[in-house]
Amino acid sequence: MTDEPTARPAHREHDAPAAGTDVRERGADIADRDDRIGGPSAPAGAATATAEAPASVVPGGYRAHEASIDFSSQLGTVATQDEAELLTINMGPHHPATHGVLRLLTTLEGEVVRDVKPIVGYLHTGIEKTCEDKAYWKAIPLVERMDYLAYYFNAMAYCGAVEDLLECEVPKRAQYLRVIHLELNRIMSHLVWLGTTALDIGAMSILWYSFRERETILDLFEYSSGQRMHTRYFQIGGVAEDIPGGWEQSLRRFVREMPKRLDQYSAMLTRNEIFLSRMKHTGVAPAATLQAKGVTGPLLRAAGVPWDLRKAMPYSSYDDFDFQVPVGTEGDNYDRYLVRMAEMRESVRIIEQAIDGLPEGPWITTDRKVALPPRHELATSMEALIHHFKLVTEGMRVPAGEAYHAIEGPRGELGCFVRSDGSSKPARVHMRDSSFINLQALEDMCRGGYIADMIATLACLDPLLGGIDR
Amino acid sequence: MPLLSTVGYYEPWYVQILKALVVFGVGFSLVPLALLYERKLLGRFQNRPGPNRVGPFGTLQPAADILKLLGKEQFRPTNAIGWLFILSPLVAMVCALATFMLIPFSGAPQDILGTPVGLYGLDSDIGLLIVFAFASVGSYGVLLGGWSSASKYSFLGAMRAAAQLISYEIAQGLALLGVIISAGTLSLTEIVDEQSALWFVIPQLVGAITFFIATLAEINRTPFDLLEADSELVAGFMTEYGGGRFALYYVAEYVHLIVAGGLFTTLFLGGWHLPFVDQPGWLDPFVVLAKTIVVVTFIVWIRATLPKLRYDQLMTFGWKVLLPIATVNALVTAVVVVAW
Repeated sequence: MTDEPTARPAHREHDAPAAGTDVRERGADIADRDDRIGGPSAPAGAATATAEAPASVVPGGYRAHEASIDFSSQLGTVATQDEAELLTINMGPHHPATHGVLRLLTTLEGEVVRDVKPIVGYLHTGIEKTCEDKAYWKAIPLVERMDYLAYYFNAMAYCGAVEDLLECEVPKRAQYLRVIHLELNRIMSHLVWLGTTALDIGAMSILWYSFRERETILDLFEYSSGQRMHTRYFQIGGVAEDIPGGWEQSLRRFVREMPKRLDQYSAMLTRNEIFLSRMKHTGVAPAATLQAKGVTGPLLRAAGVPWDLRKAMPYSSYDDFDFQVPVGTEGDNYDRYLVRMAEMRESVRIIEQAIDGLPEGPWITTDRKVALPPRHELATSMEALIHHFKLVTEGMRVPAGEAYHAIEGPRGELGCFVRSDGSSKPARVHMRDSSFINLQALEDMCRGGYIADMIATLACLDPLLGGIDR
Repeated sequence: MPLLSTVGYYEPWYVQILKALVVFGVGFSLVPLALLYERKLLGRFQNRPGPNRVGPFGTLQPAADILKLLGKEQFRPTNAIGWLFILSPLVAMVCALATFMLIPFSGAPQDILGTPVGLYGLDSDIGLLIVFAFASVGSYGVLLGGWSSASKYSFLGAMRAAAQLISYEIAQGLALLGVIISAGTLSLTEIVDEQSALWFVIPQLVGAITFFIATLAEINRTPFDLLEADSELVAGFMTEYGGGRFALYYVAEYVHLIVAGGLFTTLFLGGWHLPFVDQPGWLDPFVVLAKTIVVVTFIVWIRATLPKLRYDQLMTFGWKVLLPIATVNALVTAVVVVAW
């Protein structure tokens, strides 16, 4: 990196070479291609600049770089009859049905989708990188913001990975509280999915009905943690607070109410003739393809593979609860719908069991190197004061090593990889976000179908751009 | 040479000019009411209050909507076919209002300030044909608007409009054959008068349902709102429209809604006739309006409930379900009328 401009920031230089070279090679490639096709837009000077500097300092910046990306080679592979007229349409990044800023480079023949290329990256927030600059416990609110409908899951995956590194025991009560909140979060996430999917196929009222129940869940979150979204409730070693008085009653009321609400949604959708004709036999991809692409969660279960990490690799006391894993038969959008509806019912069952069997005891580990001491101890115990000071200022030191903690998120396997170098800040945090992996299968599901089915399939895929781009 | 068509009652020319303005005014002022009504009703269906910020109970919301649109910049895409792009929303709206002109609000001319005035724009003996003609021309507004926008979304929307047009329109026309055969006329006022004893919705139930479904397709309402298809085609044919031109399409859509209600009332719900009651003539328009509101409510209810079809499913439905039913209905009606 000696030929780099000196103005380049010097920190974390050891990471830079690989990425830098990569960008430079890509730049050269683009320049070559411009020469080959004789593009008048790129004068030789600009091309040279592109070739020599990283993408971040390309003249004209990001836009120019984006404009230089050539997708024609990918689009050339569309298999169709010779005389067919193809129409390439760019759906997104700003499009009402792409659930955020997803861009779908779609090739249509009439209204039939011949090819679709999802292009991501418009919501990149750099959370993973930012985490490397935070103490372990300060990274929790950051990871929560990745997949913004599954914040408890993000926190759970991250805390789980750090707990694995720390070899820290989570008290039973904390595990149960986690389960309750995770399942509430799953229902909440599925409700948003239900509302937006129904909206995408035109049944607009469901959105408001499902958001009504979502409100109840958010109220419960606010009750237990003070926040409606991104609650920062899960801590390394347990949960932040015990549940407040009266919360259990509110939760029980919700648990009683929710199955009736689900019946109401079903009454509007499950046997609706139009809904059936839109959802049945659309967006099918065989289970083998899905598995080959790493698709997990309701998508895979709808295709008939009963793969659920809560059963396969129980974490956080999930083996204490009696619940079923709903699976579909065909793997079409209708199965995806049914599986998610059934999952919500199962989640309600899990919550019910967890609140019935909620054990007494501490809600966070008593390891003072990990969890903050109770407030009252600070006045009387010198050690507590020292622990408090160290945890708040520096944070906990985590033994060097790597850990991958995978849980069953609402969209599939949500795993968090944490590498520790022994300091109080993670050396690397990476999230295996299920939306990102699942999105790979979109092309297989949509090819040959109608554009309207593509939208329905995308909705049933339930991608979350916050999680995809991170 | 025999006359191709005749007109029922008509007034002196100056009254007709005045009447044209009044019909235009009434049609236009029903739009914000329909708009507000639909939004309020949808709100109640969906567990929310609906618009309630602008004016008392949100009554000024439509005015705010339309004024905001009118105050916006009139832009058009660089590649758009300029004059077509400007003309298309006008075509859509003029045709919508023109169909409104044919809906009769009372049969016998009413005495207004000493002048007998028929409460309709035009009482032609081919009224129904004119309605169909304007409805067909109106879809050019959609087709050309989508075509001239030079946008792929608009283009797809226009393509769907063409597909949809041929799918529902024949069924719609055939569904009405039963009414026309029963009434023996194409004049809308006479069709209403034929229903003084029994509304056509009872003997012509199949025709009424078929016509209603086809009408939903004609006015692009759920479950057939494929032209806009806000989830896949952004806004379909009007993706590239904004400001005043979008407002024209928007207004046309609501005029269509009112016309659909009025037409169904006229053809199947007995127009101004009420069972067992012989109300004074000045109440007739209110009876028609009340029935129209019932139909509009039903349409909004459908919008709040049903998902939308895919466009190939609409075509299949139009050709394989609606058309045979409408044909059989017309045939049976013809046989019954002749054999009676």
